[in-house]
Amino acid sequence: MAEIEFTSAQFFKALSEHKLIGARARATGAIVCPPRPSLPGTSAGESELVELSGEGTLATFTIIYIAPSAMIAAGYDRKNPYCAGIVTLKEGPKVSAQIIGVDAHHPEQIKIGMTVRAGFVERGEGDAKKTYLVFEPA
Amino acid sequence: MAQRKLGRGVAVVGAGMSKFGAFPEMTTRDLFAQAFREMCATVDKGFDPQTIEAIYLGNYSSDLFEGQGHTAPLLTNWVGLSPRPATRVEDACASGGVALRQAVLAIASGAYDIALVGGIEKMSSLATEKVTDTLATAGDVLFEISAGFTFPGFYAAMATAYLHAYACPTEALLNVGMKNHANGALNDKAQFGQRIADIMEARKKSAAKKGLPIPTWANELEFLRDERANPYIALPLRLFDCSPISDGAAAVLLVADELAAMFTDHPLRVIGSGQASDGALHDRATFTAIPAARLASQQAYAMANVTPVDIQVAEVHDCFTIAEIIASEDLGFFEAGQGWRAAQAGVTARAGTRPINTSGGLKSKGHPVGASGVGQVIEIWKQLRGVAGARQVAGDLRLGLTHNVGGTGQTCVVHIFERA
Repeated sequence: MAEIEFTSAQFFKALSEHKLIGARARATGAIVCPPRPSLPGTSAGESELVELSGEGTLATFTIIYIAPSAMIAAGYDRKNPYCAGIVTLKEGPKVSAQIIGVDAHHPEQIKIGMTVRAGFVERGEGDAKKTYLVFEPA
Repeated sequence: MAQRKLGRGVAVVGAGMSKFGAFPEMTTRDLFAQAFREMCATVDKGFDPQTIEAIYLGNYSSDLFEGQGHTAPLLTNWVGLSPRPATRVEDACASGGVALRQAVLAIASGAYDIALVGGIEKMSSLATEKVTDTLATAGDVLFEISAGFTFPGFYAAMATAYLHAYACPTEALLNVGMKNHANGALNDKAQFGQRIADIMEARKKSAAKKGLPIPTWANELEFLRDERANPYIALPLRLFDCSPISDGAAAVLLVADELAAMFTDHPLRVIGSGQASDGALHDRATFTAIPAARLASQQAYAMANVTPVDIQVAEVHDCFTIAEIIASEDLGFFEAGQGWRAAQAGVTARAGTRPINTSGGLKSKGHPVGASGVGQVIEIWKQLRGVAGARQVAGDLRLGLTHNVGGTGQTCVVHIFERA
């Protein structure tokens, strides 16, 4: 049995290539994102990396006014809050991501169930440069 | 579920805590020494601390908060108990509750007869931004925190899902804060020993003193709706929906039940203990319940052979107002989606039929993360022994419960206590 050694680095490398990847269990077809050695509630089994469509719906969200250091460095604060959410991907798994392209000052316009599409945002300079998964209204 | 039993009975025979709050002049050693001294004084028949055989210490992140690791042997030494085995237990905000469980299991196994459970945290030395970062390490740093989530943010996302699923008005959350502040006002160990109304009056006086326009809030709800007085932290949660940044320590003495009579005629027997774990919030099938809390409580009820209806007082993990509502459902006190109605109707108030967080909860008493799970036991100890003073729940109390959550529910630990 060919066991793939999934690593977190693979996921972030894919993100840097503007791809969202998951792992599919060959036996059941169940997909997880990010890829991991075992699907929740199962023992390790044979699974394969798959590229995900990046299409999904917003499962829940919040507008964050008191930001952590990394988001403060990205320009967010009480006057410029941002939306963080959980997205249910078309293929089944759910992921956490910043939701961009919405007006954080008008949260009533952001709805659970709205369709969203994955995007990729680069932050940081030089070695600290990193690609972040985001979603925006489709 | 297989019904598990402890190998032998375990009892609480002493319980004490420091005041919770912000204490720039105090280290966790000083706070722990206070809690330890108070715990020793609560042992009815007295005891020699040198008979303690092992120490389990709940502590989330002294490394980041204080720049100090390896706290268990250090604090054990500080209270004169070297060379006893000293073990630090870390499960984020559930560290204290899990330390308690480890001590229960150690005594039940026969390895020790007498064990000390401690809980400590000193959070107020860091700036708020650094506290936010430190607490965030209890989430999944790679796959949740990178999305910009903070701890208030996680619970806010749960609140958004809850409000949406059950058509719950946002203001229903505020009832939890008002109730817990009313309870905390009667607790001399609470960080905020004030009702919301007292805080309003203090703000008015402060404005008058500074020559500023005096706010005109008609009642507590109006104050809590005021964006200036009660700003958003993470929508829909505002400042008064969140537990504070706290310093504090708590200590509990556990002994084998067969020895309890040497210490007191009124021990609390630990009759139920349960614990479960989970992954990141986004991986769960639901955001309106905490699955690990449901599992941990089911284990504890089964071990204790009691049902939710039997529990007379409960200290639950209200790190945010929404967390208390969800906890009240996860513990089986109310049906899913009914917890907010119960809070609004006063059912969970001290005089209600289902009193929750009579101590003031984490919201008002304070939330020194690693101490919180042990601090909960102190309230149950007081309530079941009838020594809770002005906040004593009426009636013949026999059964109490503690519910302690780590992170967003990656850990949950539940204990059930019976007064002998």
